[in-house]
This record gives sequence, structure tokens and C-alpha cells, in this order.
Amino acid sequence: MDRRQFFGQAAQGAAAAACGGLAWYALLEQQARAAVPLRPPGARAEREFAATCIKCGLCVQACPYATLRLVKTAEPGVAGTPTFAPRDVPCYMCENIPCAKACPTGALDPQFPDIARARMGLAVIDPESCLSWQGLRCEVCYRVCPVRGKAISIVNHPRQISRHAMFVPVIHANACTGCGICEKKCPTEVAAIRIVDPRLVQGRIGAHYRLGWKHEEAETPAAAPSPAARTAAPPEKKAPAAPGALDYLNRGGAP
Amino acid sequence: MASASGPVRTVRHFELPTSVSGRLRVWRFTIARRVLQFTVLLAFFGTLRWGWTVLGQPLLAGNLSAANLAGVLPLADPFAVLQMLLGWHWPVAEVLVGAAVTLGAYAALGGRVFCAWVCPMNVVTDAASWLRSRLSVAAGSDLVRLPAQTRYVVLALALVLSAVSGLLAFESFSPIAMLHRELLYGAGLGLTGALGIFMLDALVLRHGWCGHLCPLGAFWAIVGRVGQVKVAFDDASCTRCGDCVKLCPEPRVLHFGNAAASGMIASGECTNCGRCVAICPESSLRFDLRVRVRSAAAGRAVPPTLTPGGTI
Repeated sequence: MDRRQFFGQAAQGAAAAACGGLAWYALLEQQARAAVPLRPPGARAEREFAATCIKCGLCVQACPYATLRLVKTAEPGVAGTPTFAPRDVPCYMCENIPCAKACPTGALDPQFPDIARARMGLAVIDPESCLSWQGLRCEVCYRVCPVRGKAISIVNHPRQISRHAMFVPVIHANACTGCGICEKKCPTEVAAIRIVDPRLVQGRIGAHYRLGWKHEEAETPAAAPSPAARTAAPPEKKAPAAPGALDYLNRGGAP
Repeated sequence: MASASGPVRTVRHFELPTSVSGRLRVWRFTIARRVLQFTVLLAFFGTLRWGWTVLGQPLLAGNLSAANLAGVLPLADPFAVLQMLLGWHWPVAEVLVGAAVTLGAYAALGGRVFCAWVCPMNVVTDAASWLRSRLSVAAGSDLVRLPAQTRYVVLALALVLSAVSGLLAFESFSPIAMLHRELLYGAGLGLTGALGIFMLDALVLRHGWCGHLCPLGAFWAIVGRVGQVKVAFDDASCTRCGDCVKLCPEPRVLHFGNAAASGMIASGECTNCGRCVAICPESSLRFDLRVRVRSAAAGRAVPPTLTPGGTI
């Protein structure tokens, strides 16, 4: 083989490797950026989690309620990483967090201090199928919520003078752990309250809005429920009682 | 094969014994490998599904990616941890200890001993080999040809992509891990990888996955260069009948010249499957420790020379 042939073959080999590598890379990114499944408590941020979870299933085995399972091949998310479907089995929020303690890599923080600070997902309500929003006194989600009165509150929702007021559940992102017990217990045929990836539903007001009527307050938790604030700040007040922005929006606005 | 006969010895070829005990003796390593593969899988399965414990601790929790033996000994796939570290993620100590334990154990046993004795995909590829031999598919008729070194390119790609993306490039798609998980947790689409590998090995490329493509095998082959358990080779009794070469699943591993020079099958790509040891008609191949082979080779006054016509 002369030099020309050698370099020709080397280039062919490199091109074949590059083709394979690029396709591999595209699939890798596609899988990592797919819809994020719900994660066990104490999980690192999603991409970091996907990269540190070694897919051993030790968290699944540690869960006493058989809540956790591994993402199957071709399901959204990285195959083999842990997730749960609250409508099947929610997270019952063990005080000692055995799943996180079992994690050998730290993808789930083994030293995660407080299950109430877990942010596995965020509950959202579909008012069109929620019984409370039809005027019934259901409120099951409110009563089963383990972060009692903080993550879900019942808000009086007047409907003009001819019909009685509704008492509707409102989610507070700064306290909701995403455990999914509400979704599990919701009595409708398909749950009217669901746990979802917060990034799919949470907005952010942004610093360029200044809420003048809250000018006096040092902090505006309801005004800026960013993911950082959610994880950092412990829930500090009951929204329905306190005169805040959320309250203002809930009392007057909806049709 | 007559041309391979030396001047002194006549070539005897391997013949499968007709007696049951004789056949069991020939198949002893294959049987042992299946028993170990099944035992490992069963230990994981029993711990997961039936809550097997030892001294009050889960017997073998986890899976081949990371595990915990009896609640005291962490184990982890060092290749997966390497991808993690290259992605610039620092895990907690447990998995690092586990990876070190596993790496040390397999380095002592000979690297790719994982491939032939533990890996669940080995059962799939051995089945494909068996089917291939029953169908008499000749190696020359393969649709695709790849150099056996392709796996090192795949290994390099896995490491580079892990570093570039910060994700676990091979672990995200590993058909081995998928097969293992589906065996533990219930079958699903993850078996498609194993099915594809079966078809690849059976009809497209001889020993295509384990012998050409698998980056995990390539990783263990590199580790195997320092492996201590080796197949020792006795040049004096070998007649160069070539039966071992025909049976060996690794294309480049059995090389009489190299084996005669070093006194063993030195390549890290050897999986220590024991096929060659079991069928050698002259018992010229046996399992031994690298250090003993070395000291025996050093003890010989005259370096071994090849018999005429003995090269391959």
C-alpha cells in the first residue's frame, strides 16, 4: 500500500466514524431533550440528572411503595432512569427518603435534607374537568395533600348573585412537592389534577415588571415563582388569607 | 490441514466425544459460563423481585450498571463511570469505589472475562454463532466486513461524545444494559437491540457485536492487557491443527507465533471463554496465571522456536 492509498483509506475510515458519531450525537441530544419524566425526590437538574444517573435501579428497589420504575426503551426521556406515574402510585414522601439515600452516584442527593423541599413536579388543575370547578364540594386534592394547606388551598370563587359560590383548589408552586397524591386520589375518570414538569406550565413575570402595590414588601414570592425561588424558599404563608398578588388574581378575575 | 503437520508429530484433530461424560468435559467451560451468567442474573432478579437477603441486607441490589452486594460492597461499571467523569460530572464516592472494585476484580481476572462469563449479551451472540454454524454460513459470505479494531473507534466515539455532550453516550443506548434491565424488569422494546445483534451476528457479520463493535468489550480488552488469568500455550505439544483458531470467537486472538513467543494468548481481546482449552486435542492450551507463564518462560534456557510449517 503506498502513501496515497494509506491516506485515502484513513480518510474513508475517519469519514465513516464521523458519520456514525454525528448520528449518535443527534440521537443522544434528542433523547436528553425529550419531554422530562417525573423524577424522584432530591434529583439534580434534569440534564445533570440524566448524565449522572447510572441506571442501576437502586432507588426503585429502595422505594417501599413501589412508586418508582425505570423509563423503558423508546419512552420519553433517557431509558433506564427512574420515574413514576402518580396516577398509578404516587410518592408517599417517606421522611427518610430511602430512594435518594440508595443512589450511588448522587444523581439523587443522598443527603437531601427534607422531603417537603422535594420538587418532583408541579400539580396543575384542568378546571373543565375539576369537580370543584363545576360547583361541587369535592376538594379531595386539598384534603389528601401531604403539605397540608400549603401546596393546595381552597379559594372562594363567587359566581354572581343567582348561583352559589364555588370553592376551588388553587396550587401554590412554592410548596407543591409534586408527590402526586392529589392526582392519585382525584375522583374524576381521568385525573383533573396532574403532576407535570414545572417548566411546561410555569411562567415568570420578569424583573421588568414592578408591581406597585407590592412596593412596600421586601419579597414578592407570588410574583416570581422561578424554579430557583421554588427550591430555595420554604413555604412561608397561606395564599388565600394573605393579601398578595396571587390572591388578587384569584378572587376577582376568572369568569 | 495436512500442510500444518510438523515433521515430528502427526496432526490429530478434535473430535466431539460420543460419551455423555466426554461431551460434558468438552463443554465444561461453556456450562460453567452459562451457570455463572444465569447465577448473576438470578441474584439480581431474586433480590429485586423476591427480596432475597443475606444477613438482613439485600443480596445483590441494582444491576450490572451499578450494584450493591450484601449491603456492604458497592460495585459499578467503570466504563459508565468513565463516561460520567468525562462529561465533567462528579458523582458521590460510592460509585467511584464501586467502579474501582469492579475494575480491580476484572483486571485481576483478565478484563474480558466479563464478556464471556457475565455479560447477558454473550448468550445472545453465542446463540447466533450456534445458529450460524447450523446454517453453515461461511465467514467469507458475510454481507459486511469490518476490522476487529472498529470497536476501539466506537469506544473512542463514546468517550468523545460523552465529553462533548456531557451525557452518558454509550449508557444511553447500551443494548447490553437494555437487555439486562428488560430481563430484570420485564420485556419491552429494549429487546430490539438484542434481536438486532442476534441477526447481525447470525447472518450479517460473524461475531459482529462482541468481536467488532461493542465498546464495552473494547474497554475490557484494554483492561485485559494486565489481566492475570490467561490461556497458557505449550508450544512443544502443539501440532498446529488449527481447531482452536476455527472455534475462537475473537478474530485476532489466537496467533501461534505470538503464543509461542510469549507462552500464552497474550491479547487483551481474549475473553477467557475456554473454548480452545476444552477442545485442544493435545492439551496444549490451559488456564494459568500470567506471572507463572512469565516465570516459566524466563526459566527456559533456549527460547522456543517454531516448528517448520507451524506459522499461521
